[in-house]
Formats: sequence, structure tokens, C-alpha cells
Amino acid sequence: MTLHPTTPDFKDNAHRALHDPELQKALGHVQHGFIYKRQSAVERLPEFETLRESARDLKNHVLKNLDLYLETYERNVTASGGHVHFARTSAEACETIVNICKSHGAKSVTKGKSMVSEEIGLNSAIEAAGMQAVETDLGEYIIQLRGETPSHIIAPAVHLTKEQVEGDFRRVHTHLDGARDLSEPVQLLTEARGVLREKFLAADVGITGANFLIAETGTSIIVTNEGNGDLTQSLPKVHIVIASIEKVVPTLEDASLLLRVLARSATGQDMSVYTTLSTGPRRETDPDGPEHYHVVLVDNGRSAMLGTEFEDMLRCIRCGACMNHCPVYHAIGGHAYGWVYPGPMGAVLTPSLIGVEKGGHLPNASTFCGRCESVCPVKIPLPKLMRHWRENEFERHLTPSVQRFGLKIWGFFAKNPRLYSLASRAAMSTLAWLGRDKGRFAALPLAKGWTDYRDLPAPQGDTFQAQWRKRQQEKRR
Amino acid sequence: MTAAPARPRVGLFATCLVDLFRPSVGFAAAKLLEEAGCEVLVPPQTCCGQPAFNSGDRVTARDLALQVMDAFSGCDYIVAPSGSCTGQMVKHFPELFDEPQLAMRARAFAAKTFELVSFLTDVLKVTSVEASYEGRVTYHDSCSGLRELGIQSQPRALLASVQGLELVEMKESDVCCGFGGTFAAKYGEISDAIVTKKTAHVSESGAPLLLAGDLGCLMNMAGKITRQGKEIDVRHVAEVLAGMCDEPPIGARKETRR
Repeated sequence: MTLHPTTPDFKDNAHRALHDPELQKALGHVQHGFIYKRQSAVERLPEFETLRESARDLKNHVLKNLDLYLETYERNVTASGGHVHFARTSAEACETIVNICKSHGAKSVTKGKSMVSEEIGLNSAIEAAGMQAVETDLGEYIIQLRGETPSHIIAPAVHLTKEQVEGDFRRVHTHLDGARDLSEPVQLLTEARGVLREKFLAADVGITGANFLIAETGTSIIVTNEGNGDLTQSLPKVHIVIASIEKVVPTLEDASLLLRVLARSATGQDMSVYTTLSTGPRRETDPDGPEHYHVVLVDNGRSAMLGTEFEDMLRCIRCGACMNHCPVYHAIGGHAYGWVYPGPMGAVLTPSLIGVEKGGHLPNASTFCGRCESVCPVKIPLPKLMRHWRENEFERHLTPSVQRFGLKIWGFFAKNPRLYSLASRAAMSTLAWLGRDKGRFAALPLAKGWTDYRDLPAPQGDTFQAQWRKRQQEKRR
Repeated sequence: MTAAPARPRVGLFATCLVDLFRPSVGFAAAKLLEEAGCEVLVPPQTCCGQPAFNSGDRVTARDLALQVMDAFSGCDYIVAPSGSCTGQMVKHFPELFDEPQLAMRARAFAAKTFELVSFLTDVLKVTSVEASYEGRVTYHDSCSGLRELGIQSQPRALLASVQGLELVEMKESDVCCGFGGTFAAKYGEISDAIVTKKTAHVSESGAPLLLAGDLGCLMNMAGKITRQGKEIDVRHVAEVLAGMCDEPPIGARKETRR
């Protein structure tokens, strides 16, 4: 597991992904399952569009008053007996968590699914400190066995086929009968559940992410479909919540609004199977729960996005609908994006968090088809934000020089209609003559990026404007 | 907006691809507009500036937006046979200007700018065309037209009035073809994977003719179809609606007219 972004090698990553038959097979499921399920869930709820608008407005309100809500949240966590730690960077967040674990003499740490923990490289930090980190979400568990990172923000192992998972389980779970049947997904699930049960019981610290933090009550909310989060946070004596700062919402009522759009957008469920609220450590009258409760709030570049053209991105509630509907994600999967967050949301967020110098390919590798924006539950204008990154690159001369040069030449002609007319008539007539036999070009200098994969249709002849002028002159005669 | 003039002066923004590669689409658009009672003007024009805008070059995009607005200032309407270029003029021109005067001008320009087919149906209230085409066709919804301008039912409504034409829907007609302007060349391999899925859906539909409303997408899909050796013709929807299918299909040689 590494945090080192391979995003600068995006094209090579994509090339490998396109030639990986197992991956291509696995990606077929994203393209159809998620989209169909979301569509039916949305159709069952006539007010869904209105809810999207309310969700957008709510998150905008939070971002405008983030300091206020974070302070309120902190006050209420403290009042319920918990501790809040603010971490400016990945390193600070990891250090804080490792120190909490160490102070309790922890050996084993269980983890619920958390993308921000991937972002800060938490597992490596825990292991470097001599403790074991065990992912308990089935998908996360599988990729941990493989030493991989998530390829999707809600379905981390979506890039794998069930045959690959079966192979991993046989390789790692050597204490089990070698002749057991693992051909059905439910058998894989049962086996993982059995193995993980012991890990849950042995854990000293449980770490979960948070889908939402409630300022008015100091509560964190997680949604899961496996119940692993509940066992992670209620069995060990220490519970650590890790969340990025924009997860806070004012009230429980507000969280319920976002919950109504979250699962529908993500998996097409009306609600996830488990929606779990946790507030502070176990009270005397509680039947169970942790003795110690910590929250680590991670900034890691987010506060620098406030007040910029990228602030809209902080509305994201991590449903994954944008990548589920993205033709580029469908083609190459999540790993090709080279860092933690893939798909359209990753194409905007990654340059914000690791710098556009490293993440610059991602906002460019989009057709701007706009499907992501059309399904986003908080209406983030993703293509527009990707375009802002392109503007940022252009202004800072980070755009590749060949492309800059091409744009410059094209811009020169486009801004001079007379020259444009002369040049385009000459060029098109020549091309039309060259392509007169076939009607297309299989190869053309300067157009390799196009003709390597498809033919270039030949022009018909003279330009439309020239022909139109001729027609008008003939009419006048 | 005031009531439409009796014989509106419509500035035809041909789009640079139609101007350069497929003038017959421009003539088809002009015929449809004239038949619907418009006076068609073609002011000297180059490009709407979208390639610059989407490459992050706002300065050039602004210059070209101003050039387009100047060129078409005498028109009651501006109409383009492309959802993508229309999207640029309608949705993005106003975003390019912070100066109140220019922003207002861009908004006013956007308000009288329309994509060809939706202009015919939604503004001129055209419900049928005088054209015939014997056979099945399938229609691809280009992304900008679909998602920026809401063009989906309009071309289907007019195609339904073409005598002899049967529209068969392909799977996922509303999914991107992988063109994306400069994306197709910058990320050719990914674009190829996307267009390969698209042409498979076109084939599965069984229709021998593929239509769409944007020449960029059409050149991408046609280029893939000819490279794959598929026996499918590709045309701009305006050619069929205008009954002007005498030019060879996009990317086909002259004698292979089917």
C-alpha cells in the first residue's frame, strides 16, 4: 500500500487497464448494476430532484459557516466525554491516531471503511508503529489481502472478479479446509465473516470513518451494508472516528436529508442496511460501547479550497454516483487514476490535494459528457470544476507545449476570419482531393492521436461558407 | 421575449466542423429553416471558441465569443446544427464575462441562440417535415445537446414524421461516444474504448443508418465504424430531415451509396 501517486503516469496506467481482461470483465458490473439501481430508486421518489437542491443548499450553508459548526461539534463531543483532535496534514492525523493507539497499548486495530484513512495512509502508519491494522469491510478486507488500494470509493474491490477473490482467500486462509466450496459470493462472504469475527473480538482499538458529523449533538454517523462498522466501534475499548472537516452538518434533521440522497445515489438503496450513530464513550447505563472516544478531524488541504472556485467540491458526500456514470471510469477503472479518489470527483479533488502538477491529467481526461453532474446528489458542477483546473494549468503554462502551440495557431486563424477562410478553403480542398477515393483517411500526419484508432472522414470539398457565397451570388444573377 | 417576427432573420452558425468537413449539413439546415419560413443569413464566421474554452484558454474563448456576437448582431435568432456549439454559446458565453455590460450582452445573445432541431420544434413549432427515407435508423443523443440543452424528444418527434423512416433505439443512446473534442486525440486510447462500446450498441440496434445532431460525435463514430468495416452509414440528422441524403454518408466513398 502506497500513497505515492502514480497520477503523472495516467496514460500508461490507463493503457494497462484497457488491456487487463480480468479488470475489463469486472468493470462490466459497474456499468450496469449501479446505474440501473440508482435509476429505479430515483424513480420511486418523486421529490428526489428537490432533495438534491436542498442537499446542495445545506452543504453550501455548512461550507459558509464551517468554523462555527466545527466548534459546535467539538464542544458537543467534549460534553459527551469524547476528545476532538484537529489535524492539519496527513502526517499530523496519522501521528495523532498512532499515539492514541500506543497510549492504550494497542496491538490490533480494526477499521471500518474510510476513504480519508486511505488518503492519509493510515494503515502504513499503524503498521510502521508495530501494530496490526485489519480492514473489516469485505471489499477493503479483500484488497488489504492483495496489498492494493480501493478502486472505487464505495466499492473498493469492484475491480476484481469473484474468481480472483476466491484465489486470495485460498492463498491467505490456509487454516481452512482446502477442499471447501467457494464458488458462490455468499460463501466468500461467510468465510470472511468467520475470519473477521475473531479480529473484532481481539481488537484493542476500532477506527471508523464518518459519513456525517452532527454539530448539535456531537454525533458521528456511518452507513454500512455489512454491520462491520458497528462491531468495529462497539467492541474495542477505544473508538477513533476519523473524518475530514467538511463532513459536519448542523443537525440530525440535516443529516437525514443527506441520508435520503446518499444511498439512493450510491447503491440505489432507499437506505443502507445499517445507519449507526455514535456519541461519546459508553455511559454507565449503556449495555456496551467503547471506554474512550476520539475524533480526528482532517484538513489536509481542504480549508485552502474554501472561498476558491473549487469550494463546490467540498459538498461531496462520497456516494460514487459520478464514477458509476462516467464513461472514462467504465473504460479504465479506478486504479488508473493513480491516487485515492478516482472518477470525476477524483479528477477535481486529486489536483486540489496533491497539486495539479501531479494530478493534472485527471481533469483533462474527461469528455465533458456531463453525466456525472446530472447524477450528483449535491449538484457539484464537476465538468466546470475540471475546466477550472484546465484554466489553472493553462495560466501557469503547465499545459503540454504541443497542445499550447496547436491552440495558438488555431486561435490565430480563428480570430482572423479572412485568413481563416483562405487557409481553410485551401486545406479542405486539398484534403478532399487526397481523400477522394476512400472518403476517409486511415492515417494522417499530425492526427495520429485520432487515426491510430479510427478513420478521419474526408471533407466534402470547398467550405460551406464559400459554397454559400457562391449560391447567393448565383441567386442574385 | 417578444413574439417571433413573421419572417425571422436567422443567422446560421454552421459550426467549424460543418463548414470545413460537411457543408451539406449546412445546406440541409438552411433548407429546413427556409421551409419553416425563415430568412437565412450566413455571416462570416470561424468557431464558437469551445476548443479554447475547454483547453483552459479563457482569453481566446472570450475573443471568439465577442467575434461571434458581433458577426451575428443583426439576426433575430442564431441557430447551429450542433448541441455542443450551441451549448457553448448559450451556457458558456455568459460565464466568460464578468463585466456587467458584456455579461448582459452575452445573456441576451444566449437567449436568442438555439440548436437547429429544437429551434424548429420548440420555437417555430414545426411538427413535421417534408421528407422521406425508406428504412430503419438509430439516433445517438450527443451529450451537450442532451444534458446542457435538454434535446432528446425533439429530433425523435421530427424523425417520426419522415415518410418511410423507422426509428429503432440503440442501448444507452444517451451515453457519450468518447469524442469530447480534443479528448479524442489527447486520450485516443480511452476514447477508442468508449467509441468501441458505442458502435457495438449501434450494430446491435440493427439499423443500417446512424444519426446524431453533432458532427464531432458523428465523425468519431463514423471513423470507428469505417475502421471496423461495419456496413453502417452515418449522417447528421438534418440531412435526413431535409431530405438531402444525396451526398455520400460521413467517411464513405462516393460510389458506396447504400
